[in-house]
Amino acid sequence: MTKNKFRPSFFAIPWGVISVIFVVFPLILVFVYAFIGEDGNFTFENFAAVFGEISNLTLLLKTIGISLLTTVICLLIAYPTALILSSAPFNRYVVLALLFIIPMWMNFVLRVIAMRSLLYIFGINNGFFATMIGMVYDFLPFMLLPIYTVLTNMDKSYKEASFDLGANGFVTFFKVTLPLSFGGIMSGITMVFMPVFSAYAITGMLGDAKTNVLGGRINAFFSNSSTWGVGSALSFVLLIIVFLTMILSELLSRRAPKQKQTTKGGTTK
Amino acid sequence: MREQRTFDKIIEVKNVTKTFGETTVIDDINLSIRRGQFVTLLGPSGCGKTTLLRMIAGFTTPTDGTIFIEGQNVTDMPPYKRPVNTVFQKYALFPHLNVFKNVAFGLKLKRIEDDKVNARGEKQKTMRKFTKEEIAEKVNRALKLVGLEDYGHRDVNSLSGGQQQRVAIARALVCEPKVLLLDEPLGALDLKMRKEMQIELMKMHRELGITFIYVTHDQEEALTMSDVVVVLNDGVIQQIGTPKQVYDEPANAFVADFIGESNVISGTMLKDFDVSFLGAEFVCEDKGFAKNEKVDLVIRPEDIKLLPETAAEGQLLGTVISTVFKGTWYEMEIMANDYEFTVQSTVEAKPGQNVKMLIEPDGIHIMKKLRTVNEFEGEIDGENSVYICGGSFEVDTNLEKGTAVKVLVPFDGVELTDDEDDGVIGANVTHVLYKGSYYQVQIYTDTDEDFYIDTTDEWDIGDRVGVIIDKSKVTLEVIEEESEKDDKE
Repeated sequence: MTKNKFRPSFFAIPWGVISVIFVVFPLILVFVYAFIGEDGNFTFENFAAVFGEISNLTLLLKTIGISLLTTVICLLIAYPTALILSSAPFNRYVVLALLFIIPMWMNFVLRVIAMRSLLYIFGINNGFFATMIGMVYDFLPFMLLPIYTVLTNMDKSYKEASFDLGANGFVTFFKVTLPLSFGGIMSGITMVFMPVFSAYAITGMLGDAKTNVLGGRINAFFSNSSTWGVGSALSFVLLIIVFLTMILSELLSRRAPKQKQTTKGGTTK
Repeated sequence: MREQRTFDKIIEVKNVTKTFGETTVIDDINLSIRRGQFVTLLGPSGCGKTTLLRMIAGFTTPTDGTIFIEGQNVTDMPPYKRPVNTVFQKYALFPHLNVFKNVAFGLKLKRIEDDKVNARGEKQKTMRKFTKEEIAEKVNRALKLVGLEDYGHRDVNSLSGGQQQRVAIARALVCEPKVLLLDEPLGALDLKMRKEMQIELMKMHRELGITFIYVTHDQEEALTMSDVVVVLNDGVIQQIGTPKQVYDEPANAFVADFIGESNVISGTMLKDFDVSFLGAEFVCEDKGFAKNEKVDLVIRPEDIKLLPETAAEGQLLGTVISTVFKGTWYEMEIMANDYEFTVQSTVEAKPGQNVKMLIEPDGIHIMKKLRTVNEFEGEIDGENSVYICGGSFEVDTNLEKGTAVKVLVPFDGVELTDDEDDGVIGANVTHVLYKGSYYQVQIYTDTDEDFYIDTTDEWDIGDRVGVIIDKSKVTLEVIEEESEKDDKE
């Protein structure tokens, strides 16, 4: 072994530079703009404008509502699907799981445009229903993948132990499989709820005036250079909500059981 | 008392076969296990012992055959209805539950009979769950049994391997199973811990009086702990007996080789109580063999007495090759008539020294040869060629093409080649047994057939080899049309 002149942390420098340019700097910009008025001086006016406007608050509630609804629907579809895909005899066909996940690798604008054409064919016009279909369709893989991963990696012997101790399939699911997949569910929820919360392109392309969400309003603020300050303030509020959600899900995930990843296989013959 | 009598055989396995795809893991096994016994399923990895246990537990169903527990056919019964509980190899403790809840898991699901007095004052049999207090009492008693009284609140991941294993045992025992199944439960523990747990398991078995079925590949563990040892190989039971029986009277060369150190030698039974091997004649205690029948015989290293070179007694003269001090005895390799004996003795003989070896009649254990000739069914597929085991082998014959034949190939009529392409067919070496002057090699062809080969070359298990047959040593027997079915069984 030759002595390494560099400490491993040196390799993190490129990542550090990139994150400063693309993450920290924009955040500072948002922060600064949020506290600068039209005249260029420090002010709380932007925040006053955000909280003073009652429609902003109803929009916030509506956004939370749509995000929650999308997350719940995604979970209800993804969990049974993941369960089926990870169970015998389907688990032999990774291709099946891939079919659900492949859309993730395609640009979502393309997907939404395709979805819109499809919906028109079925006579579904822009509106709340179309938006929900678009949202669920778009974010389903993000819910499916973590749950599927947890379920396929789950040691078979937990289920067997449960059967062995007198639990039938039903009881085993609720007392063993479901609690053990909690970690996957939590990361699925996080990966769907947070992006949906700030999404505006889907609502813009599939929705109508009534389905306008917070993201859309921020977009509107930024298309007019005189309202950047208010837009920044609103973005700032949104960021804080997303941040709080992250902390909450992290706290919940910590309670999730940590499965020991013992060597797989062994003598199951 | 009488009821117990009727179920004296608590588990009966009848003609059970299990195949996974093309491979047969368990091949037509019959086994009955008596109530209260400590039975060990012993064999090398891949011999089917775990599969057999899993079929008794209900995790896999046999391809063929039936399994009875207390006289009831449970072949297709799901595991949660069977009166057995399992201790898993990797413990399989639920990571989301603490120690107490893990142990209580089975109890919470259990229903027990209860006498209830209904409104009219009549007694009625009903089923009820255990109360919280009953569960707590039983769990604490089980934890006490395994020596983990104050661990109930602990997170299972914070426990050591040995402690986790104890929790797994408590979790299975608390359900009061009729049979406790243990799948290599001590495999992941260090040696000292293993020894401790072995003694504790034996103690538990004595105190609880329930039947234990224990799977292991460790012959020492099997001999130490069990009432009955079932030796398995290639999905077939090789021998069932007490530890003493399988050690002292191994049924065949495999058992002799697998259990304990042994010298396995080929010999010829001259007549009853008289066997010849390595060019000398010996008195033995076995009879009932055909005259001049080829046999395998086993001599344990401690059954060979060493005498000075000049002694009048002693049947074989040998030269010591090496001596290793093993604490209470010396282990020596001694060459005699081209066979390398392993000998254990408290008397040391130095390397290079010549010694006389005396083997008493009770030190020689004669076993029937498992197979004396390789036998295959095939078909003549051309002029002077026969098709068996997925390849066309050259033979001397004037039989017509298409004739069904039985092909007999003696062990020394097969040659193995390093390069698979040099042989007619390819095969894998599955077993190598040193028989003194030569090795008996067992190979497994791609068509699921076994060859036994006597060779002086040393092969390693897992080697990929080519197979050539010496056409001068092959015997062909025509299979009559009518008897064809019988031959195929």
